[in-house]
Amino acid sequence: MAYSDKVRELYKKQLEGILEAGIFKQERYIHSPQAADIEVEFPSGAPLKKVINMCSNNYLGLSSHPDVVQAAHDGLGSRGYGMSSVRFICGTQDIHRELESRMSRFLETEDTLLFPSCMDANAGVFEAVLTKEDVMISDRLVHASLIDGIRLCSAMTDTFKHSDMAHLEEKLKLHSDKRLKMVITDGVFSMDGDTAKLDEMVALGEKYDAMILVDDSHASGFIGKTGRGTHEKCGVLGKIDIITTTFGKALGGASGGCVSGRRELVEMCRQRARPYLFSNTIAPVVVSGVLKVMEILSASTERRDKLERNAAYWRKGLTEAGFVLKEGDTPIVPVMLFNAKLSQDVSKALYEEGIYAIGFFFPVVPQGQARIRTQISAGHEIHHLDQALDAFVKVGKRFDILGKTKQEIIQMYGM
Amino acid sequence: MEGMKDVILEYVTKEYLEDDSEPLNYDTPLISGGIVDSFSMVSLKRFLENKYNIQIPDDKATPEAFDTVTKIASLVEEFVGKK
Repeated sequence: MAYSDKVRELYKKQLEGILEAGIFKQERYIHSPQAADIEVEFPSGAPLKKVINMCSNNYLGLSSHPDVVQAAHDGLGSRGYGMSSVRFICGTQDIHRELESRMSRFLETEDTLLFPSCMDANAGVFEAVLTKEDVMISDRLVHASLIDGIRLCSAMTDTFKHSDMAHLEEKLKLHSDKRLKMVITDGVFSMDGDTAKLDEMVALGEKYDAMILVDDSHASGFIGKTGRGTHEKCGVLGKIDIITTTFGKALGGASGGCVSGRRELVEMCRQRARPYLFSNTIAPVVVSGVLKVMEILSASTERRDKLERNAAYWRKGLTEAGFVLKEGDTPIVPVMLFNAKLSQDVSKALYEEGIYAIGFFFPVVPQGQARIRTQISAGHEIHHLDQALDAFVKVGKRFDILGKTKQEIIQMYGM
Repeated sequence: MEGMKDVILEYVTKEYLEDDSEPLNYDTPLISGGIVDSFSMVSLKRFLENKYNIQIPDDKATPEAFDTVTKIASLVEEFVGKK
C-alpha cells in the first residue's frame, strides 16, 4: 500500500506539531444563512449557539438579501442549475455576458471577463498578458492569490515596501529596460485594512510607462463615494489598466470573480488565461444573484453609506476602550495582539461571550503580527456593535491588554 | 572582502528590513530566514551587477547562494575575479 503506516505517521506528526503550536485551524459549522446574527455549531457536535458575526466579508449585508435570493431562484428556474462546460465550449449564457457588461459599466472599464473566483482571476491574468521580457513589481503585502499568479508567470519579479511610493519609483527606474512593466497591488489590503495610494501609483505609471493592476476584492461595492472601489476613492477612475475583483464578498458573497480593464488585456485573458479556459463557467444561479446585487447598488448608495458609519462607530469604540488597532478607514479593523496563541485564546473567549471573530497569525500575516481581524457590515445594527464592544472590553480586561502598548503586550505574551 | 560585505549588508538592510526589525549580520539567513523572498531577490542581483559591473548567470543566483551576506560576497568575488 502506497499510503503506508510510515507515511501516515509522518503526516500525523506534522499535524500534531501544528496543534501543539496552538495554530491549528478548525472550521465552525454555521446552521443559518450568512448574516450579522448566525447560529453556530462549535466545536463539532456542540449545541447551536447564537452569535454575532464580526468576521465575514459580507460588507454590504447582501449575502442573504431577500431580493438577491429571489433573483437567484428566478435564475435557477429560467437558466437551470449548471452548464456542464467551460465558457468557450458551451458554457456562456446571455446572462454571463450581461454581467460582464454590467461590471464594466460599474467599474468604468472597457471590458470584463468572469472567472470561477478572484483567486482564479489572479492565478490566470499575469501569464496571459506578460512574458519573460517583462517585469512585475508588487507591493510586499499583496494577497496570496496574487503571489500565486505571479509565481505562475515567466516575467521577472520584484517587490516594493508596503505602500512606499519612493521605493516603487526606485524599482521602476531599476527595471526601465524591460519591455512591459506592471505594478501590482491590493486596493484595500485584506489583513491591515489600509488603502493603496492609487493616485500616486497612476502618476508613477504614467511617468515610467508602467501598467497598474489592482485587486479590489475588499473594496468593490463599497469603497469610494458610489462604491466603485479604490480607484474611485483615489480619483483615478478609468486609469487602472486591470482590476480583479470577487463576487464572493460584498457583491452577494456566493462565488466568482472577474478581470476588468483595457479591452486588449481582457481579450488576452479570454484567449490564454488557464483558469478561464480549463475551469467551469460560473453557475447561472450565482450570475443571476450578482446581477440583482449590481441593480441594488446602482439604485442607491444607502448600504455603503451605512457601512461607512458603522465602521467609524466600531473603530472609535475599540480605540476608546484601549485596544491597539491598525490605522485605517475601511470596514476591516484589525485588533492587534501580536502573539499567535493569544489571538486564538482571545478569539475563543470572545466566542464564549457570543462574538464570532477569528484570530489570524503567521503565515496569513507576518510573524509577530497576530491579530483579531474584525470586519464590519451594513447588516450590523448599532445594537450588534454595542454588544460586540461590551464583549471585547470584557475579554480585553480578562487578558489585561486594554490601554497597553504593542511593546507591553509583547512583553506579557511574547511575539 | 570586508568592504564588499559592508556594502551588501547596507543594501540588504535598507532594501528589505522594516524599521523595527532586528539588525542583520554577515551570517543572518536572508532567504531561508524569511527576510528576503524569492520575488525580491532580483533587485539584489541587479544591484550587485550594476555596482560591481558583473553579470551573474541565473543558474548561479540561487536562493542558497544568496542566503547570507558572506555567501553573496563570495559569489560576487568569483565574478569580479573573472573580469
